[in-house]
Amino acid sequence: MMNEKPTLKSSLKAYLYLLPMLVISVTFSIWPIISSLLMSFYTKYNFYTDKVSKMGFDNFIYLWNDPDFHLAVRNTLIFVAGVVPITVILSLIIALLLNQIKWLSGFFRTVYFLPFVTSTVAIAMVWNWIYHSDYGLMNYFLSLVGIHPINWLTDPHWSLLALIIMSIWKDLGFNIILFLVGLNNIDKGYYQTAEIDGANAWQRFWNVTIPMISPITFLVSVNGVISSFKVFDQIFALFQGTPGPGKADLTIVYYLYEKFYTEYKYPIAAASGVVLFVLILLVTFVQLWYSRKHVHY
Amino acid sequence: MAKKISRVLLYLIVALGALTMLIPFLWMISTSLKSGPETIKVPPVWIPQVLRWHNYVEAFHAAPFLRYFVNSVIVTVVTTVGQLLTSILAAFAFARLRFWGKNFLFMIFLGTMMIPGEMLIIPNFVTLSKMSLVNTYGALILPWLASFFTVFTLRQTFQSTPDQIYYAAKMDGASDWKYLWTVLVPMSKSTITAVTVLEVIGSWNSFMWPLIVTNSEKMRTLPVGLQAFTTDAGTQYQLLMAASTFVIIPMVIVYMFLQKYIIAGISKAGLKG
Repeated sequence: MMNEKPTLKSSLKAYLYLLPMLVISVTFSIWPIISSLLMSFYTKYNFYTDKVSKMGFDNFIYLWNDPDFHLAVRNTLIFVAGVVPITVILSLIIALLLNQIKWLSGFFRTVYFLPFVTSTVAIAMVWNWIYHSDYGLMNYFLSLVGIHPINWLTDPHWSLLALIIMSIWKDLGFNIILFLVGLNNIDKGYYQTAEIDGANAWQRFWNVTIPMISPITFLVSVNGVISSFKVFDQIFALFQGTPGPGKADLTIVYYLYEKFYTEYKYPIAAASGVVLFVLILLVTFVQLWYSRKHVHY
Repeated sequence: MAKKISRVLLYLIVALGALTMLIPFLWMISTSLKSGPETIKVPPVWIPQVLRWHNYVEAFHAAPFLRYFVNSVIVTVVTTVGQLLTSILAAFAFARLRFWGKNFLFMIFLGTMMIPGEMLIIPNFVTLSKMSLVNTYGALILPWLASFFTVFTLRQTFQSTPDQIYYAAKMDGASDWKYLWTVLVPMSKSTITAVTVLEVIGSWNSFMWPLIVTNSEKMRTLPVGLQAFTTDAGTQYQLLMAASTFVIIPMVIVYMFLQKYIIAGISKAGLKG
């Protein structure tokens, strides 16, 4: 019965079930995908009347020549390269440690996961205060080990690092949970066999844990790359509605926001969105290609 | 002996890490209860001499936070319930019903999950302006009433319920509609709770979209209102921290009560994706 061919009647009925979801997603995600692709080629566009009089590659050429966009791409790449590897390694280590303990383990899991459920904007306010150059906690802790105060949020040399540190702190919990689930799913038999074969703890880690956990490592890195490429909320809140000192924290999405919301250059904003998508796609493909060789399913 | 030492070391590292995670929250609460001069004391004070609970009252009245709170609750509740309804119906069609274009449609939706949502902001803003819905609850809610992520997760759960139950229900004369709501939905309670909680958290904390589609104070949600409040609060960090606390607290409470569902939901959705 399950493999029967659909009939007109069964199709009609199914589409009634699908209708509400279809209407919303066609209006607010499928059509917009097409429309923003098209819009990125509009070169003469009046957004009041929604009239297009010319199309071409000018928006992409504009991005190619815009130093701000170069800066945005550069900052985004640094941000991704700074956040993702550290988050993956740190969260794997913490998950391995948490996996070893029983007493209080529920409490620790709760604590590590807490940043995930908190509003990015609200917690960025807190970090803004922590980074305060005169009265902030960060510089106080640094002063205890003899480091001079750093202008975390006003010095362009440090402000991207400030953003990276906060983002790592916020992202850890989510990845720890995934790693813990993965560690739990490893068949204990592998460890016993390895132990019988005389493998020490370190060898068991490298030859059992790392390969067995590799699908999760892959998943966590892909997830991390995609979400880090889209960083926006943290910046807006941490630097109070600016892209950091001297645009040191201008990212692609922030650029898109500025072009769209403050400069009303819709087609250029749309083009930067397309570039963002292509970049994410490229990096994801590289990760997929790499995982073919190194991930054990 | 060596084992004992490594055990202690293990707990020490884990506890130190946990402390690092907690410090921003502790610092936030500590600052929120200080007096103005106390916030700028060097070295910093962790426990204020007098706990100034009044800071919360002051912060709450310094901006229309009540209004923001009500907006956030309305948007979160309607978005979550609406999205759940459209998703349950669609997931059931994908899991059980036969129709033309099923695989095609499924692939299209999977493909849309690859697209960064930020790309959709501009066309959606244009659409909503044309519908003159900008700066209304409609703009805050409508685009989020369908989520393919939720459909996908529910479909997996619906598919995993045994066929026999479906045929047994059919034999008893139950319609698909009745089967869905009286058998399938109650049976999938834990997955439904998980996607609901995740959606509540996501919706409550969302920032960029509400920032873009609201332009008057009275339509702001809590995160947008809080962000705007920083300009008014200036350097009164005790008020800022009090305001941050009451934006964060509701989701922490939700999390404390429904922790196991959130974690189950993340691992389920994460591992499948």
